[in-house]
Amino acid sequence: MKAKARVVAEVDGHGRTRLAVLRGESPLLLRRTGRHTAEGVTVHLVGGAAGPLRGDELRLDVEVGPGARLEVLSVAAQLALPGRPAPASRLTVTADVAAGGALRWIPEPLIAAAGCDHVVVTRVAVEAGGSLLWRDDLVCGRHGEVCGDVLADTLVRYGGTTLHRHELAVGPRAPGWDGPAVLGAGRAIGTLLTAGPDAVTPGSAGPAVALMPLAGPGMLATAVGADIREVRAALDPLCAAGHVEGGRSRPPREITVRPPRLSARRGCR
Amino acid sequence: MSLATLLLLADGRLPSGGHAHSAGLEAQVTAGRVRSVADLDGFLRGKLATGGLVSAAFAAAACADATRWADLDAGLDARTPSPALRRASRAQGRALLRAGRAMWPVAGVGREPHQPVALGALAAAAGLSPGQAAVAAAHGAITGPASAAVRLLGLDPYRVHALLARLAPECDRIAEVAASRSGDAVDRLPASGAPLLDIGAEYHATWEVRLFAS
Amino acid sequence: MDPHAPLTGGSRALRVGIGGPVGSGKTALVAALCRALGAQLRLAVVTNDIYTTEDADFLLRNGVLPAERIRAVETGCCPHTAIRDDISANLDAVEDLESSLGPLDLVLLESGGDNLTATFSKGLIDQQIFVVDVSGGDKVPRKGGPGVTTADLLVINKTDLAPLVGADLSVMDRDARARRGDLPTVFLSLAEDRGATPVADWIRGLVAARAAG
Ligand SMILES: Nc1nc2c(ncn2[C@@H]2O[C@H](COP(=O)(O)OP(=O)(O)O)[C@@H](O)[C@H]2O)c(=O)[nH]1
Ligand SMILES: [Mg+2]
Repeated sequence: MKAKARVVAEVDGHGRTRLAVLRGESPLLLRRTGRHTAEGVTVHLVGGAAGPLRGDELRLDVEVGPGARLEVLSVAAQLALPGRPAPASRLTVTADVAAGGALRWIPEPLIAAAGCDHVVVTRVAVEAGGSLLWRDDLVCGRHGEVCGDVLADTLVRYGGTTLHRHELAVGPRAPGWDGPAVLGAGRAIGTLLTAGPDAVTPGSAGPAVALMPLAGPGMLATAVGADIREVRAALDPLCAAGHVEGGRSRPPREITVRPPRLSARRGCR
Repeated sequence: MSLATLLLLADGRLPSGGHAHSAGLEAQVTAGRVRSVADLDGFLRGKLATGGLVSAAFAAAACADATRWADLDAGLDARTPSPALRRASRAQGRALLRAGRAMWPVAGVGREPHQPVALGALAAAAGLSPGQAAVAAAHGAITGPASAAVRLLGLDPYRVHALLARLAPECDRIAEVAASRSGDAVDRLPASGAPLLDIGAEYHATWEVRLFAS
Repeated sequence: MDPHAPLTGGSRALRVGIGGPVGSGKTALVAALCRALGAQLRLAVVTNDIYTTEDADFLLRNGVLPAERIRAVETGCCPHTAIRDDISANLDAVEDLESSLGPLDLVLLESGGDNLTATFSKGLIDQQIFVVDVSGGDKVPRKGGPGVTTADLLVINKTDLAPLVGADLSVMDRDARARRGDLPTVFLSLAEDRGATPVADWIRGLVAARAAG
């Protein structure tokens, strides 16, 4: 299956964020949720089919214009499955954030089911003065299941310079992935990257989570846990709304999520 | 291309500060994840496939082209989220250059480059090839923590060296992959990360009693 | 300028290594020297203790040296290696102190406690002091070892405890002379002499000689 989706957020004449483009196809369907207020627009990814399966080619492009504020969430975890014998499934996510724009990307986790072969390519470019909060969670296998192969290949550029470049390979083809250098006995990992004018807060460290000021203008929090609950407990508080607000700091707000059929598991709001 | 020169550069007795770094092993020993030779095997395989591959590719690239040193150094910054690991890599780069400069003339790489850039620059100064720089990097990525494991855990040094011998072909393979990609644009060079090493390094840096610098 | 040019020549600080077994009084000696010399000389300290901050904290607590004048070096379970075989981390620490504080007269390097064979590399220090104490009995100088035999100054510390442990100082003196030939040995009680007078005088002499020549 091949599918493409695109969302473009920009500012209207009244300084409010509007969606100039909101387009998707199964299984990459997008819905606007909540109102569009001065605080920005929220969009949910609503999975239209099971998957990705081997052979799938999915692509999501996100654009946030100058001054616009967009939040992308998803209603349920993404489950990478083996499907038929075929090349790896691939999800490519690109995001471009203009100066003064703010993007919060906080999807539900990706679950690597046994036998899957999946590649996630993330390419983010933020102009100087833009703000980013980018969360990625990965669960290695469903409950009691061995982990399939997943490669997460991430590049985040800020102000024209590479801020963060990272690949994580888990599953039977990745040497040592379940050894004590990579994930050990952990079966869930989450990362939260923030970038922009206010993104760098002092680092802190514990045995299972680290908040790391990057060499450039940003910060990465990494948590490894026995399961996704441990990762959520470590990272969710860090992506409370208001954490990255494009230069203006404001008190945390409640986000109203409209569609009734949304998953109850909303870790990071 | 002198093999004896390569052996000098890869020798654990080179006074390049390596003895004080455990490559993240001390943190994982204290966390209880590494207790035996079997655990060390898992650690070293993960290390080789992640940091080992990255170091080897960057060392090969630095050896091949001195004009890329600054870009490669920035590329390693972007691949090293942990400030403690960035410091450790630069400290080891500086120490390696100190030793290397006494052996071969090398200039223009700065005072404190990331270790793989220093290694590549030195390899070039010593007349070695990018492929040899990659082997030295991959080899160093596992022999350093293996030696730390012998010291920290009192593991049988013969069994640890037997393990290193078993990993040697994988070390060669990683170095070959790394060298074959060393001409790629910096953003496309290997970037394999090891989350527990990042977390462990940050935690380790806060300890009051530690035997290794990283 | 090559920042890694060997730091020889009169412009850099005199580097004095302080070695000796654990607990013999190395840190106490460093503290005493800071007290005695801190007002006259621009000085800094490098420690090689596994307690990354303990020796530094001790010096801070005792008000003898501010934090920016102290660096701690990790030794990877090999205190000996860090001062003799692979001195790079200690050299980096000395250079960092000199570049952050400006010119210094004296840098004291305290080794991590080791055994009687521990000595400093000549690539790291100009002169070395070996500190032993009387509490291990009066046979320590007789045992010899590179530290006792070759150190530029041998300090036999804790003489106040000699009566308690039955150590005969004259035996220690005789054995030290036999081992060391003309090299100097001093007896000290840091519990009583809070300025380590004979050691401070020895160092003042070295600094003066260096400035003169
Ligand atoms: N009685 C007595 N105790 C001393 C003397 N010098 C040091 N100490 C004590 O010996 C212990 C070890 O000293 P320290 O300087 O930490 O030894 P280091 O391990 O060599 O650095 C400390 O409790 C000191 O107070 C001394 O001259 N007499
Ligand atoms: Mg001490």
